[in-house]
Amino acid sequence: MADTIVNSSAGNGNTAVSGSGLLEFEKPLARIEQEIAQLEAQQQTTGRDLSEPIGELRNLLRGMTREIYTKLTAWETVQVARHPRRPIISDYLRFMVKDFVELHGDRTFGDDKAMVCGFGRIAGHKVMLVGHNKGKDTKEKIACHFGCAHPEGYRKSLLKMKLAEKFNLPIVCLIDTQGAYPGIGAEERGISQAIAVNLLEMSRLKCPIVCVVIGEGGSGGALGIGVGDRMALLQHSFYSVISPEGCAAILFKTGEQARRAAESLHLTANELLKLQIIDDIIPEPLGGAHRRPDETIQAVDQYLAKTLRELKRVRIDTLLKRRYNRLRTVGSFFESANKPATPPRIRKPKAQGADRLADAASVDGASKHRRSPAPVAAVESV
Amino acid sequence: MPLQPAPIEKKTDIPEGVWLRCEGCGEMLYTREFEEMLRVCKVCHHHHRLDARTRIKQLVDEGTFEEFLADLVSTDPLQFTDRIPYKERLQQIQEQSGEKEAILVGKAYIKGRGVILGVMNPAFIMASMGAVVGEKVTTAAERAVEDNLPLVLVTASGGARMQEGMVSLVQMAKTSAALAKLDDAGGLYITVLTDPTTAGVAASFAMLGDVIISEPKAMVGFAGPRVIANTIKAELPDGFQTAEFLLERGFIDRIVERKELRSEIARLIDYCGK
Ligand SMILES: [Zn+2]
Repeated sequence: MADTIVNSSAGNGNTAVSGSGLLEFEKPLARIEQEIAQLEAQQQTTGRDLSEPIGELRNLLRGMTREIYTKLTAWETVQVARHPRRPIISDYLRFMVKDFVELHGDRTFGDDKAMVCGFGRIAGHKVMLVGHNKGKDTKEKIACHFGCAHPEGYRKSLLKMKLAEKFNLPIVCLIDTQGAYPGIGAEERGISQAIAVNLLEMSRLKCPIVCVVIGEGGSGGALGIGVGDRMALLQHSFYSVISPEGCAAILFKTGEQARRAAESLHLTANELLKLQIIDDIIPEPLGGAHRRPDETIQAVDQYLAKTLRELKRVRIDTLLKRRYNRLRTVGSFFESANKPATPPRIRKPKAQGADRLADAASVDGASKHRRSPAPVAAVESV
Repeated sequence: MPLQPAPIEKKTDIPEGVWLRCEGCGEMLYTREFEEMLRVCKVCHHHHRLDARTRIKQLVDEGTFEEFLADLVSTDPLQFTDRIPYKERLQQIQEQSGEKEAILVGKAYIKGRGVILGVMNPAFIMASMGAVVGEKVTTAAERAVEDNLPLVLVTASGGARMQEGMVSLVQMAKTSAALAKLDDAGGLYITVLTDPTTAGVAASFAMLGDVIISEPKAMVGFAGPRVIANTIKAELPDGFQTAEFLLERGFIDRIVERKELRSEIARLIDYCGK
């Protein structure tokens, strides 16, 4: 699941982040930025008016940034989502959440610092906030396992979400993780069970739930706090069943193919919106969240303000019906093979009759739940 | 998420009257006797993996399995290609296994008790979960509610089906939501974990049973052992991620030998009233 626990922000060869936090494909921008800085310095020391060439360079910079960022490849998007200066949960806590009251206790094992929970106010709404914490400095990153949560983290989050349900507070989940922590302790303490229970319980919690991927949406570790009434992605974040590196290692037999795997997995916000896996995309400032953290956080704040207002107006039983319908129909990419390419080989003569018994009732049951444009062919019972 | 590349499964059908080698201890076993032992080694009790049809034949009252949604196939939403296109991979495995997908669901009787039954097929792309598996499990849960019958799922899976990307991941949420409905309706849900039950399937419907039983020594876990070993830079302890490991730590209820599964399931159904 979390195939690589490497700190992607450490600047290894794959992520291509230089010491200055510069991504490989951003280097042309850096050169112009450098030129502007030089001219500005010159202007100051010599007193000569260089505002004209500086202005021209600024325009050029804006144009190039737009050009690069409007056609980011999937692999470049992954790098932007993992950028070391991309705002993480602590930034949102500082600039978006008022009066945050952190709640640490899972009541069972211990405090998982990879998962942050607590009461807070977002755009005037009292909420329960739940989110992954990747950590800012090295010490914090190690303490919170770079945002990879253990079972106790998921159990803590569920306990706090149930608290929110009890007092009728909406839940906001900020997702940012490579995946759940792959370790002995995590397995010993039932990471599978912890995530599974979160999925089941979140589907029926009697309060609004809004989920936003603010950086990395890594597989089951992300989904473990990612079931709700709305699913949004920040524009340059991604959500994937497996990391591109992990997928490449398994399917293409080499980690070098991560670029290709990233494209194949359809993990960007635009692709996921097309597949109707997510509901909304929150736009990022030009040049990515790491260039303007304040504007990014403001965009998330605005999205949450609007969405919470909408969801709080819906009666709870209606909300739950819609939530179930959403979960029931998402990812329904199947069809009936009414004309099988190859006649099914009958292995057990006795099972022959049962083999052909396509149950008409259940087939209908499935079809009525389909999302409208989902590519599902008409089901024909045998 | 899946633990390993989809291997081309070797056929599990064994012609009668020949000897075969136990995958557990290497002992030569007489095939007919091996079949009579439900493909469990008489020497070391190794429970060999079963394709779904064989499992159903072993588990249900003869001829009572009525399959539903037998026809569903993936539409390849990502147009995925690795070494070969996903569509081609599916076709190959469909021809090889004679099955359309990695799970069979239907209504059946076990010792006279009606159940909705789902059986995963490790011979089909390691029974990885894509949209079809998700839909079949979900429908099975809904049918259990409608027909007021217990739901029994026999799990085996390498996890999510990578070739369906996020479409496969969301099946975890979809199936879990349907199981919440079954729970709300007061239905009984029994999971039978078999070798291997891992990753996205472990972290969704496999671990949500009211009663969770497992075959002996089945591998059950979330992250791949190689991934964990890489992370911690150390050897993994003996018996790590086995049914016995989970039983000791309180995550499953019983380990049941294959020959006892039918009576065990019937017994549980009788206790839970439906
Ligand atoms: Zn043996």
